Formats: sequence, structure tokens, C-alpha cells
Amino acid sequence: MITPAEYVREIPAHHRLEAGRCKKCRKIYYPARQVCPECQAREFEPLSLPREGKIVTFTVIRVAPSQFSDQAPYAMGIVEVQPGVRLLTQVVDCDLDKIEIGMPVSLEFRKIQEDGEKGVLAYGVKAVPR
Amino acid sequence: MDYWIVGLLMDSHLTINPFIHQSIHPSIHYPKQMMLNFKTTEDTVNREVVILGVGMTRGGEHWGKSLRQLFVEAALAAIDDAGVDRIGSMYIGCMSSGLFNGQEHIASLMADYLGQKHVPATRVESACASGGAALRMGFMEVLSGLNEVVLVGGVEKMTDVSTDGATYALSTAADQTYESFYGVTFPGLYAMIARAHMHRYGTTRKQLAEVAVKNHLHGSMNPFAQYRQKITVDEVIHSTAVADPLNILDCSPITDGASAVILCSREIAKKFANGNPSLREKPLVKITGSGQATDTIALHSRQDITELRAVAEAAQQAYKMAGKKPGDIHLAEVHDCFTIAEICVLEALGVAEKGQGGKAAESGYTALGGRMPVNTSGGLKAKGHPVGATGVAQAVEIVHQLRGEAGDRQVKNARVGLTQNMGGTGGSCVVHIMEAL
Repeated sequence: MITPAEYVREIPAHHRLEAGRCKKCRKIYYPARQVCPECQAREFEPLSLPREGKIVTFTVIRVAPSQFSDQAPYAMGIVEVQPGVRLLTQVVDCDLDKIEIGMPVSLEFRKIQEDGEKGVLAYGVKAVPR
Repeated sequence: MDYWIVGLLMDSHLTINPFIHQSIHPSIHYPKQMMLNFKTTEDTVNREVVILGVGMTRGGEHWGKSLRQLFVEAALAAIDDAGVDRIGSMYIGCMSSGLFNGQEHIASLMADYLGQKHVPATRVESACASGGAALRMGFMEVLSGLNEVVLVGGVEKMTDVSTDGATYALSTAADQTYESFYGVTFPGLYAMIARAHMHRYGTTRKQLAEVAVKNHLHGSMNPFAQYRQKITVDEVIHSTAVADPLNILDCSPITDGASAVILCSREIAKKFANGNPSLREKPLVKITGSGQATDTIALHSRQDITELRAVAEAAQQAYKMAGKKPGDIHLAEVHDCFTIAEICVLEALGVAEKGQGGKAAESGYTALGGRMPVNTSGGLKAKGHPVGATGVAQAVEIVHQLRGEAGDRQVKNARVGLTQNMGGTGGSCVVHIMEAL
């Protein structure tokens, strides 16, 4: 369920992959946070994550939530874009049987889902094997 | 353990109504020193918390019973088992009655329908660890001396909504904005843990299946289990794919159910047990260790996808409080929401070496008759997983085992049991250690 307010609020993270780097210990968090769990510092500088990474682990979803059922089966993977910086997304435009751990991927801007009730089209990134 | 008690009791001897004890059970005579026991932290640390009574419904699709009826059925069973006729307060574990049943404020609802006029009642939510978290709240309340008899229950009615509705409600235990948003399900998240575990440690598809086979075998001996049929490795491996590599028989089911326990101090427990023929000859079961911890809610935020840090942390707290090591535990009820979960949990508990959890079920180590039976109740897999009730149901099984009431699935000479209940992909975890006195 995505509300218009949430959609707008999440544009920096979902559309632009904006993360936060702790000014004290330099650790990068995606999405950006208010407190660094490592050093408790509260100041961060924004940065955009690279749009390339590799697959840490993955699955193929065969029983999907209703708003994704027309896409099933589809792959989902955890993608590492920098050491220790990861995000979860779909892995698309590839043979589902050929996905492997360690596979390099590009993160491309795509439609993620649409909320039937509120009519919100939600966008984000999907991973495409390179 | 000493620290929070100091804070809690700093001025409690001034603020707690001394008549509170009399309202619990008028027929019980309370020794004088118990009426005055709020003054020192030493008394509190020395207080022992006993699980005096247990009760639960069978797991299943209870279309004929409502949320409140399920809860009351389990709560009355626990009250009758303990032989108490009044309770001082209630904690109720429930993950999502709002989404499953459109009903919030269920602590009040359950106290009302249990006939417990005006007792304090609190709902505790920590996703699938709600029951375990509620148990810890009750444990703390008895330990603090605030109330002598506390009912801890758990309830979830999941089949009033469609499978899709239930999947949605459960998915809210993940990070809605950065996990569920992209279309992942809970089987999908655990499947990614499984894939990483197989890739790194060589865990096999068969080893995953062995967990489900073992737990169904155990469940076949439990009259309260949702599924009582035995299954084979072949059936698990060839069952419907849900999220590769997990199939439907790797997953715990959608379940309606409730469970409850009565907690009280050891002194009170002795009195009730002496007056209760069914308890008199059985050992009292004491909670000797309690631990709780959290981890990142999002799986992808963890450095090691296969490591359940909240489980390890909660377990260390509980071991320390109880003065036990993993090798001292005779049996455990662990959170096998998916087959891979039991494997990773055993590693985090220190029962199996890191990466070697897959061998535990395969070798028979965790089966009935093995060195350390795990999920003798059938686990979440076969007994069923009414999410908010699960953590309390785990305690119900351990009490039955430590009292020697577990019938065909009885573990011989069981004296020390452990329960491990977790929320989401391990974003929260509660561990308890229980011992027969």
C-alpha cells in the first residue's frame, strides 16, 4: 500500500539512490539515517550510490503478493554496490535459471508496482545482469 | 539483570498498593515477608518465576471460532492447569489482529472476555516474536514483585483473510519501504538466506528438507499439531516451489491458534501446586534465563546474511542469566518458520558450529532420541504458526516436556529446555531457558 505522500517522500531514496555517509566514521547507509549505529554520530552527508553492483544472494519468487502476481515468477536479489552497502531489488531482463551469486548487475530506473486503490505508480531501480 | 530491577524498584515500596496481593487470590495466605518484599533489590533478584499452568488450542483453520474465543479457550486451559482462580495482570502477544481481523485494542478485549474485570492487560507486538516478548514482560513483572500471578497469552487468527491478505499482513514484519516495496515475500527473504548458506557452507537441498521431515515426525505425535502427517525428503523437495530454493513444505503454515501460560513466584506456585492433585507430583518449571535482542529489520543491511545476530545476542543473555552453556540444554523449541531458519538458529544458539547447522537434522542430532531434540512439538512447521501465539506455545511444549507429560514425544530425563522465538528475518529475538525444579 503506497500513499502519495510516501511516494513523494521516498523519491530521493528510490529514484536517485540517495544514501548518507556518516561524517565521523565515513560509513555509508542506504537509505540515509539520522543516527550512525556504528559511532552514534548524527551528521551525514548525502551521496548517490553507484548504479552498478554484484549479486550477494537471490531467489525466484513464484508465489507473489497480489500487486506483483502478474510479474511472477520473478527474481529478487540483494545487490552490493560498494563494500558493505547493499539494497534489495528485482533482478530482471535475464534468464531466471542463469542468475548466480557474484554476478555483476546494473541498476536501472523502472516501474516497481502500481497501487490499484490509490492509483499510485511507484518507481525505483531494478538490477539487470551485465 | 540487576540494573533494570534497581530502576524499576527504586521507590516501588512507596507506590505499590500493599493490598494488591489480596486481590489475586483471596483464599491463599500470604506470608508476612511477601507483603513487604518490595524494599530491596536483593529480594527481587532472589525471586524465582515459575510457569505454573499452560494451555493452548490446536493449530488449524478454526473457522467456527473467533479471535477472542481462541484466546479465552487457551487462557482458561492455562488457568485450570495452574489451579488459580484469579490473575493479577495479563500480557498478550499478537502480531497483527488489525490486519487479520480489523481489531486492535485486544488486551482490553481479551481481559474482558476472560472475565478478568479491571486487570491491567497489555498487548505486546514484535512480529512473530510477539509471544516470546510477552512472556518476557510477564517474567519481568513477576520478578519485580509487582504482581504475583500473571497470565501471558498469545493469539493470532489468520484464516479470516485470503492467503494474499495473510501474506500482506505478514510482510509488514519486513521493512515495508525498502524490502516489501520491491515485491519480496517472507519465503523470499528466507530463501535468500538459504541460497547464501548453501553457497557459502555447502548446505544441501536435502538438509533443508530434513528439518521439515523431522518436525512433521514430531508433530505426528502431538495432538495439538495442525499437521500430523509424516512427510518424506522427496515430498519436500518436489513440493510446490514458493521462492527458490524453498518449497511449500519448507514453510510454516497459516494458522489460527492461541496459547497461554500462568506465571507466578515460586512461593505462590508451591501453594497452588500442593492444592492441585494434577500438579502435586510433578516438578515445577522455573524460568531461569531470559534474553532479548534486535538486529536490522532489513535483511540486506546485515554484513552476514546467514548470521542471526539477534538470536546469538538474546541467547547469550539467557545463558548467562541461567548459568548454562549450549551443551547443558536438553531440548529446545526454536523458530522454524522456514527450514533454513532452524538451521541458522541452531548455529546462533551455539548448538551447531557456524555453517554446520544443516547437519543437525540430517544426522539425527536434533530428532527425538538424538543428543538434543529440537521442536518436539512439531515446531512452527507442523504444530502451526499463529504468529503472535507461537512464542508462548513454545513455552507450553517445554513445560509439558519438563513435567513429563509429552506422551509419545517425551524426551527422557528432560530437565533443561530452551525456547527461541524471532520476528521477521531475525530483526528481533527472545530466548528463554526453563528448568524443572
